[in-house]
Amino acid sequence: MAKSNKPVVWFPFAAGGTVIAFFIPVIVVLTLMAALGHVPAGLSYERMHAFATCGLGKLVIFGVVALSLWSSAHRLRCTCYDFGLRADTLAATVLYIAALAASLVVALALLKI
Amino acid sequence: MTQMKQRQVQLEVLRYNPDTDTEAHFQRYEVSCNEEGVVLDALNKVKETVDPTLNYRWSCHMAVCGSCGMMINGEPKLSCHTFLRDYEGVIRVEPLAHFPIERDLVTAPDDFMEKLKRVKPYLIPKKKKPISEGEYKQTPAQLMKFRQYSMCINCMLCYAACPEYGLTPKFIGPAALTLAHRYNIDSRDGGRKERQEVVATAEGVWDCTFVGACSEVCPAHVDPASALQQMKITSSIDWIVEHLIPGGKSARDTVSREDAGDIS
Repeated sequence: MAKSNKPVVWFPFAAGGTVIAFFIPVIVVLTLMAALGHVPAGLSYERMHAFATCGLGKLVIFGVVALSLWSSAHRLRCTCYDFGLRADTLAATVLYIAALAASLVVALALLKI
Repeated sequence: MTQMKQRQVQLEVLRYNPDTDTEAHFQRYEVSCNEEGVVLDALNKVKETVDPTLNYRWSCHMAVCGSCGMMINGEPKLSCHTFLRDYEGVIRVEPLAHFPIERDLVTAPDDFMEKLKRVKPYLIPKKKKPISEGEYKQTPAQLMKFRQYSMCINCMLCYAACPEYGLTPKFIGPAALTLAHRYNIDSRDGGRKERQEVVATAEGVWDCTFVGACSEVCPAHVDPASALQQMKITSSIDWIVEHLIPGGKSARDTVSREDAGDIS
């Protein structure tokens, strides 16, 4: 029996899962705080803009967003499977393309800054 | 001596006799049981006093042998470890899910047994040495690495709980894969590459979607889900070595050819 090539999609999923666990709760809290008008000095618009302007900042933002998207796409694919949706190839194609397309949009937006 | 407090227990048991029944059906029983008893006690009382034709497996009555696994109110449990005091009203007892029924609560474990064999759940020594050279020694720290995964009692509750096994019967499944992991991480073992030929396939760890139900129902606290996730990481590293590092694949191919006769 041939070995599976699943690691291609699973490794970025695992990496994204780790990113989500560490970053997303913080981002959600900070976003809520910002919405309520409490923006910490270190996270002011000017500072964040400067961060997104430098190459490393772009890479970090892209990494967090793209890996989280990929992880969520894969999680959704598994959830579909668990719920008995046997059209796995279709679910995988649609979800992965959505994640890749959204990542591409993020990359383009970052490059414009 | 004071008499233990008794309680009327109502059971709804799935019955199936392959000689006479075309379909399984539920049968109600009511027996008086010790309030501190377990579901297995109630079944024994039924068999002793009401219906001697009721079939089920059990042996140790102390959650060690792994024989008395069944679905109790829809959850895979050892009936010797499921206390009546935790249940109210009618208790529904069915054979373990995802396994073919042989008779009443007795299921056929053949599929699990066949899969267990395929993962080579035994020590394949790194270097064979004659008995005269003594034991394969191990430090307590090396033992602790795999000890938890060696506590499996083969009760198959994890297979009954796993939705993936239910949907994809070819899936090697939690207990067998966990035992493969138990030997893979044993310091005396050198059989990981052989086991990978089964573990790293689509039917191996990659059919697992980390639902985690296996770990929730495990009566021996083995935590099969953690074993499978660890194997996904090592299998992914293998994949990277084989596909992305020059020379990595040729080293792997040699092993695959050697093992080819063993798997099929």
